[in-house]
Amino acid sequence: MKISYNWIKEYLNLDVSAVDLAEKIERTSVEVDSVVTPSDGLKKIVVGHVLSVKAHPDSDHLHICEIDVGDDAPSQIVCGAPNIAEGQNVIVALPGSRIADNVKIKRSKMRGVESDGMVCALQEIGFPEEVVPKDYVDGIYVLPADAQPGAPVFDLLGMNDSLIDLDVTPNRGDMLSLNGTLRDLAAIYDQPVTLDTPHVTEAGDAIDTQLSLHVDDSLSPQYRMRLVRDIKIAPSPMWLQIHLWNAGLRPINNVVDITNYIMLKYGQPLHAFDYGKFSGQDVYVRTAQAGETLTTLDENDHELDPSDIVIADSQAPIALAGVMGGLSTAISDQTVTVAIEAAVFEHDHIRKAAQRHHLHTDASQRFERGVNQAGVQDALDAAAQMLTELAAGTVQTGTAVGSNHQPEPAVIPLTLTHVNAVLGTELTMDQVSHILETLGFTVKVTGDDLTVTVPIRRNDIHIPADLLEEIARIYGYDNLPVTLPTGRMTQGRLTPAQRLMRATRKSLEGLGLNQAISYALTTEDKAKMFLTHPDSQVTKLAWPMSVDHAVLRMNMVTGLLDDIAYNTARKVKDVALYEQGRVFYRQDGQDRPAEEEHIAGAITGQLVPAAWNQPAQDVDFYQLKGIVAAYLQDMAVKGDVTYEPNTEMPEMHPGRTADILIHGHKIGFMGQVHPTIAKRFKIGATYVFDLNLQAIIDMPKQENQYDVISRYPAITRDIAMLVDDAVTNDQVVALIERRGGAYLQSVKLFDVYDGVKVPKGKKSLAYTLTYQDKHATLVDDAVTQAFEKVTKRLQDELGAEIR
Amino acid sequence: MSLKDKLTELRQKGLTDIQQSGDLKDVNQIRVSLLGKKGPITEVLRGMRDLDASERPKVGAFANEVRDDLTNALAKRREELENAVLNARLAKETLDVTLPGTPVAKGEPHVIQQIIDQIEDLFLGMGYQVLSGPEVEEDKYNFEMMNLPKNHPARDMQDTFYITKEILMRTQTSPMQARTLEKHDFSQGPLKMISPGVVYRRDTDDPTHSHQFHQVEGLVIDKHVTMADLKGTLQVLAHELFGDKFDVRLRPSYFPFTEPSVEADITCFNCGGKGCNVCKNTGWIEVLGAGMVHPNVLKMAGVDPDVYGGFAFGVGPDRFAMLKYGVDDIRNFYLNDVRFLTQFTKKG
Repeated sequence: MKISYNWIKEYLNLDVSAVDLAEKIERTSVEVDSVVTPSDGLKKIVVGHVLSVKAHPDSDHLHICEIDVGDDAPSQIVCGAPNIAEGQNVIVALPGSRIADNVKIKRSKMRGVESDGMVCALQEIGFPEEVVPKDYVDGIYVLPADAQPGAPVFDLLGMNDSLIDLDVTPNRGDMLSLNGTLRDLAAIYDQPVTLDTPHVTEAGDAIDTQLSLHVDDSLSPQYRMRLVRDIKIAPSPMWLQIHLWNAGLRPINNVVDITNYIMLKYGQPLHAFDYGKFSGQDVYVRTAQAGETLTTLDENDHELDPSDIVIADSQAPIALAGVMGGLSTAISDQTVTVAIEAAVFEHDHIRKAAQRHHLHTDASQRFERGVNQAGVQDALDAAAQMLTELAAGTVQTGTAVGSNHQPEPAVIPLTLTHVNAVLGTELTMDQVSHILETLGFTVKVTGDDLTVTVPIRRNDIHIPADLLEEIARIYGYDNLPVTLPTGRMTQGRLTPAQRLMRATRKSLEGLGLNQAISYALTTEDKAKMFLTHPDSQVTKLAWPMSVDHAVLRMNMVTGLLDDIAYNTARKVKDVALYEQGRVFYRQDGQDRPAEEEHIAGAITGQLVPAAWNQPAQDVDFYQLKGIVAAYLQDMAVKGDVTYEPNTEMPEMHPGRTADILIHGHKIGFMGQVHPTIAKRFKIGATYVFDLNLQAIIDMPKQENQYDVISRYPAITRDIAMLVDDAVTNDQVVALIERRGGAYLQSVKLFDVYDGVKVPKGKKSLAYTLTYQDKHATLVDDAVTQAFEKVTKRLQDELGAEIR
Repeated sequence: MSLKDKLTELRQKGLTDIQQSGDLKDVNQIRVSLLGKKGPITEVLRGMRDLDASERPKVGAFANEVRDDLTNALAKRREELENAVLNARLAKETLDVTLPGTPVAKGEPHVIQQIIDQIEDLFLGMGYQVLSGPEVEEDKYNFEMMNLPKNHPARDMQDTFYITKEILMRTQTSPMQARTLEKHDFSQGPLKMISPGVVYRRDTDDPTHSHQFHQVEGLVIDKHVTMADLKGTLQVLAHELFGDKFDVRLRPSYFPFTEPSVEADITCFNCGGKGCNVCKNTGWIEVLGAGMVHPNVLKMAGVDPDVYGGFAFGVGPDRFAMLKYGVDDIRNFYLNDVRFLTQFTKKG
């Protein structure tokens, strides 16, 4: 809500600038979105009196005008507005002036005719189109007849006022009005404030004879109407129009403008009906019936929902209660009798109706948050009185009351000890009670106890904690001490799982992978890929925002492939990523999926960039395996890590995929993404792994332990052999390790060859065997013996041909 | 010519030859020819037989002196020549030290992770636990126990990814607060926790909105926790993340799960509080929401609000990273362009 600085100053004696006031409001009440003075940045824009208007000889729409701008001689200004006419006072931007959007106006020629400036529409001097009175939307604005030519227009149009745009939180409905804001400011600045009390002069017949209300009070706890006859519809006076457009509302006519003005001032939305269009004298407040429709003031048709609250006459709905009036009973130039409604509607219904019909109006906003239920009659009276003053109306005697439930004010007990204990302050009872009283609360003090009665307008205050907020904010958050919690010591430390997750990230970063965080919501198709949990069902969002993010992931790989695709599309070819996150497996028949921590990686292009001294080396299976193996070694899970070929995963290369097992338990897979899948993602050859991190967390770990470094020299023996292609490295190594003897320390593969020099179907493998006795110098004979033994085993068991 | 003169002459000539020798081969030849078994010094020493017994020791001593001088000179010359050879070789080995070093594979933590780790470490040091809960939550924990009953205006169905009526993607990490409050045994001491993690909102992705982002929520519940403690804690956090010269100001706000509720601003790091585009000329930047835990939240978790109370706060690492590094599009965090990921590497 935009609130006028000048309007506030009519009631409070404030010696602060608008900007400082806004800052104070922001620190004490509600957020401030902006402070705007509409005339800021504008200059040399004055009143001009149109002396004559002639058609431009070379144009079918331009006019050549003689305009008195307060100088000795009139200015000649060319103007294209269709509504310019002799005798008008208009807005003139003089040569050298600045209008909206920092546009500079110069003396110029238009189709050969000199123009000493420009006649402006309101939009051209910064008014938003939606507040410009309809008559002037498509042309220039006409100023009042008593405007002085040559005088700046800013004061005339209320543009020197500053407008503070309050972003009111849902609990502070009371701040959506001048009066509510004044109440808060009175407390903030510790000043008394006297708000206007309306006096209405009634003159006509008793209202009971003209109107009867039938209200479902569960929908509308308060429903009142006044009737004003003999109305003369006219534009509102300038001061009223200024109030409205500065608040972001379009002036329409005196009746509608008065209802809006009262809403701004009291926070009570009103609605004015053309009583003459009522069918009968009965007005109903009820829920809509099936099949009912309503055309609202904005000329949109709505099919009404049975939970919409409507105002209806004896025939049909005439308004969507608390949201928008109906077109059939709208105020028109012919209206002579006005029924003004002031009511309280049940907020939940209003919120849902506004949502359902996409009608978020100033009225619905206020009803949703709750209006001042103690001020309904005041607002109604103030409006009725204004109708007599500004629209020549005769207020009929009495108010029609359809329902009248006044809530009880909240009475809240509080102790000074509690206030200081929660706020960390040392406030005195006087300070606390004074703050509450300046807010208009009634305080009764007995010793340490306070009993606080909260005015009905503050419908956000129910419990002691609410009062604490009031005390703290008015006292000033800046004045609160700055301390840290004391009390019993607590231990802050990561759990073993959290430590392992951190170690995981460090390890993989050390191995050259960048951490990625991808979207966990994906497509159903992608969710089901690379699945290691075959029984899992997808978990779908009920109302996804887009098809790309509609299903929870069941693997970590597709997210990384999306990332690689994004990089590839941007010509970034070398990508090495890892991601730690959760996958979501859902069992059939259950709503909620189980969440499993995973760690995954993907590499494409080159891991280490080519350089002047280092040739390009494309990533391959073994490079990724090196990373996975080093990572798993870091995690030090007990048991052997083994890799078994997996030819079955549809998204993976059948000959280049391995299941990864620890101590025989499968914890994930690695390998090359199937070329057809890579093609679908529009990426190059990519190698991935996806491991169940939870399993790694849960498995028993090895401890670090010191191992004596032998003083005795090691002896190495190399062995090269031809074996069948089907024989794996694992088989050879396992055999050597099993049969290598007591002194065998390590077996290291140093060459694999299956080129032209070996027979078809065979490959050559070469290993270095290292022998060492930790406690004595090893005798060559012992090594030779052991080596010969293992050589024979290789020949016998694997058919190896030693070279 | 006396033996002594002969020796003197030998020394003179020998030293000159050594000095003039051009390489190690020459030096070796000179050594063999002068000091070898058939060399002149040996010969001179052999002639000592003809001398008087009284002369012999003097000449012998002198001969040794000459031999030592020559030996030393040879060694020195040899070292000189060896150094020259080495220096010549080293000169040939000279590199262009300005050529770039050989690239190594190096990975970096995600910038959001860096901020989360930093926040975790800060609070671990202050005795907080780090707790992470499920990302797929029950309505009960995400909303109801946070004092957001069904139909509460602040829990717009539109903003939440529901899976079923009761199951949803958590919109905040505070459900973990409710879960922990329910279980915490206050006889064992206060509850001090932070819960970092991914959260989800039903938003269309654009430069300032993401359907997935991160949150770190904090909660302290004990018998005597004050709003001043909250203020101090937030100041410590701001100082940790942005630097000691940043001020924190609190403003009233509204959250259903806290009362009083505040939003915290820090001094604009771009202008130092003078006012600029980044802070919309206010000198302040909104960084987090916080407040004193609402009694209803405690009650619903079975904690007596008349005895216990405390504060809660929630920060957005995504927003922090955007502010701190001037990241202009939140989607950068989730698209994982390598050129983005590798920008946040400064550790010194």
